[in-house]
Amino acid sequence: MNEKYDVCIIGGGVVGCATARELSKYDLKVCVVEKEEDVCSGTSKANSAIVHAGFDAVPGTLKAKMNVRGAELIRQLSKTLDFPYRQNGSLVLCFDENGIPELNKLYERGIRNGVSGLSIISGDEARRLEPALSDKVVSALLAENAGIVCPFQMTIAFAENAASNGVTFRFLTEVTDIRSDGDGYVLSTNKGEINAKYVVNAAGLYSDKIHNAVADDKITVIPRRGEYVLLDREVGDLVSHTVFQLPTKYGKGVLVSPTVHGNLLVGPSADDIEDKEDTQTTASATASVKERALLSVPKVPYNKTITGFSGVRAHLETGDFIIGETKNGFFDAAGVESPGLTAAPAIGEYLTELIVNKCGASLKENYVKERRGIPQVAKLPQKERTELIKKNPKYGVIICRCENISEGEIVDAIHRTPGAVSLDGIKRRVRQGMGRCQAGFCTPAAIAILARELGIPEEQVTKNRPGSQQIKESL
Amino acid sequence: MTYHDLVIIGGGPAGLAAAVSAHEAGIEDILILERDERLGGILNQCIHNGFGLHTFKEELTGPEYADRYIKKVTDYKIPYKLKSIAADISAEREILYVNGEEGAVSVKAGAVILAMGCRERPRGALGLPGYRPAGIFTAGTAQRLMNIEGYSVGKKVFILGSGDIGLIMARRMTLEGAIVICVAELMPYSGGLNRNIVQCLNDFNIPLKLSHTVTKIHGKQRVTGITISEVDANRRPIKGTEEYYDCDTLLLSCGLLPENELSKSAGVTLDRVTGGPVVDDKLQTSVEGVFACGNVLHVHDLVDYVSEEAERAGRQAASFVKSGKENDKKYITLSVGSGVRYTVPQMIDVNNMNDSVTVRFRVSDVFRDKSVSVCYDDKCVIKRKKRILAPGEMEQIVIKKDTFGDSMPKTVKISVED
Repeated sequence: MNEKYDVCIIGGGVVGCATARELSKYDLKVCVVEKEEDVCSGTSKANSAIVHAGFDAVPGTLKAKMNVRGAELIRQLSKTLDFPYRQNGSLVLCFDENGIPELNKLYERGIRNGVSGLSIISGDEARRLEPALSDKVVSALLAENAGIVCPFQMTIAFAENAASNGVTFRFLTEVTDIRSDGDGYVLSTNKGEINAKYVVNAAGLYSDKIHNAVADDKITVIPRRGEYVLLDREVGDLVSHTVFQLPTKYGKGVLVSPTVHGNLLVGPSADDIEDKEDTQTTASATASVKERALLSVPKVPYNKTITGFSGVRAHLETGDFIIGETKNGFFDAAGVESPGLTAAPAIGEYLTELIVNKCGASLKENYVKERRGIPQVAKLPQKERTELIKKNPKYGVIICRCENISEGEIVDAIHRTPGAVSLDGIKRRVRQGMGRCQAGFCTPAAIAILARELGIPEEQVTKNRPGSQQIKESL
Repeated sequence: MTYHDLVIIGGGPAGLAAAVSAHEAGIEDILILERDERLGGILNQCIHNGFGLHTFKEELTGPEYADRYIKKVTDYKIPYKLKSIAADISAEREILYVNGEEGAVSVKAGAVILAMGCRERPRGALGLPGYRPAGIFTAGTAQRLMNIEGYSVGKKVFILGSGDIGLIMARRMTLEGAIVICVAELMPYSGGLNRNIVQCLNDFNIPLKLSHTVTKIHGKQRVTGITISEVDANRRPIKGTEEYYDCDTLLLSCGLLPENELSKSAGVTLDRVTGGPVVDDKLQTSVEGVFACGNVLHVHDLVDYVSEEAERAGRQAASFVKSGKENDKKYITLSVGSGVRYTVPQMIDVNNMNDSVTVRFRVSDVFRDKSVSVCYDDKCVIKRKKRILAPGEMEQIVIKKDTFGDSMPKTVKISVED
């Protein structure tokens, strides 16, 4: 491989894909390189899945600016790019009269950041909104504009729309070195060299490594792990708002939130770790997260837990994102931790503006603005569902019973661009295996479909990256 | 909307036996909905023997056992639809099913028999710490991949949970050349049948570690090993007892959960302990005309008992369709005394009951040299000595109507006593 691009984006997470999509509006040859087998495979896949209103970040910081703008963009893009988003509002709970000044400070911050729909409400008002809340709540900050989103489908929607507009995706391609060659940059990868006039560093946990290969000032990403507990859809309506806790001397607090797919999510913990890929869950963090959530919602039915997971965030000591042109033609989106998911489309917009201003690229004429998601067949009215099945009988073959996902949807997921090439890739696109049996029943069928559609033996089907084959051998 | 006298959800052992007995009781307009591509349900992947000792007085494999019923269903020309999944049932017994040929179709049923079976408790619900790599399977999924799809899932296997499928898979994987290191069980006793421990573990020198659980799963891509720990009386891991084992596969056999999402959509009341519907002696749920049998009702350890129960459900559903009207119901409650986890049925309709009722139950611990007692209100009427009682083995007791006498008891209580 020796390819030439105008822009090469390192990292196919939500920031990389959002940037790719934004750049794809212009007459530029753009490539996304991703070390994993699919987009949305790092921090973007394991987080709180919320769209922050924007009262948390310190006014004037990049976090504050990108958060508020990002929340606005997600609201619009969820329609044009057809990904699940719901404005469910959030509450920050205060359990102690002494905490009220802190709550007021958050409110003031929000106002300064330009967040609308904020109000301070009493404990009783909060309980009227959310009857499951603890009696100990004395006051709360209500943010009506906060929302929840599907982080997988948002990232995938960005990627698909970018691909429709000509962006190339290179998977299992890891950048090992970057050097300037006068006219731009040469990226060494495990699959050969890539030449690009401009480089965007959206490498998430590895954004320090990429940054340090080019920039004079060195940065260090501290991997910060957060554990979550996910509960059955059966209890997903325990709360309707995303419920945060005011940080106390005991820590930052954990959230209890519905997900956009109707599950209940509890978490995260926050532990600084050594290994950027150490996504294990631990008994102690799980126990701590579960216990702390009970402060907000005393009756979380943990016997309805369907899974636990953890994600690792890219934390920088400085506390803010690093976004902008760090060196001539080298653009950073480094240290993107919370509220990174919310901020992603704004980061993409901002970086694109910088790049376009620099190179003077013009808008494409045939830019495809809209993207439609894979049909959620089980959610269609009976008549429409039947019509769709008559056209394609695979939409009538249910593979995942828990989430009601048909073979047709799985086949669609595989044949989109970029399409699913792993079991996790299917899961993130259409939710097969996301339900209460956690792919117990549908794993054999999903392996068979993936093998058939990709034309590979079933023994080669992976859960995610190479080496994660589920089947050892044919008998 | 088309109408059928009886719609049976599920073409596994329960659904098949229910269909056969309903047909033999005179109901011809039956429809079986089966989501898989063949009838027989989970029996199709149970290629080991040991089935049918009670029903047929001979030892069959799972597919052979299923075949006996499938032949009858075919002989009786009982209609069934394959690759057809029931998506919704209403309290009015309207069923929405989906398949590739017809799309989404609604049918109305005179009576419904729920026979959807159960599913396995997955890793996530067990809260096992560690990584989430490939190579972690529930025992039944591994069994399907091996026996139906023809693939081996691992070479060096650790099994958590001593449920019957886990024990069966310990032997099966050994026979296919894998090394099964050990079976660990959280509880101080096995959850499986004693005969499976003997035939699947002891005969192959596979150790069973009671009061142990997995406390860490290692491996980022594929399982590379696991750490287990001994647990205390409260099932909490004891520090310092960790042991590491190299393995590429972790099988889980940690309990089965009746699959009642459809029952819920119909408004059927569920029993918190069994996870299945609350039923009366006719196996009728809280929704009139909706019956339940097999593992969707409560998890059985022998398919023979499933068939027997399902045959009863089939006869009762047939009689419901034919008569429509029953006498006013008068329920007595079956309550659980000490040492008993649950009973099925949970109540008896004394005005409409048959001469006798078979009550199945499970005990909550291992008991030696105790008795099972049945009391009508405060009066003890049956006391049966038992050399051993174990949670893994389902017990049953027959209650005869004429023993109630003239003054009907309010409750019937089953307990384990000295």
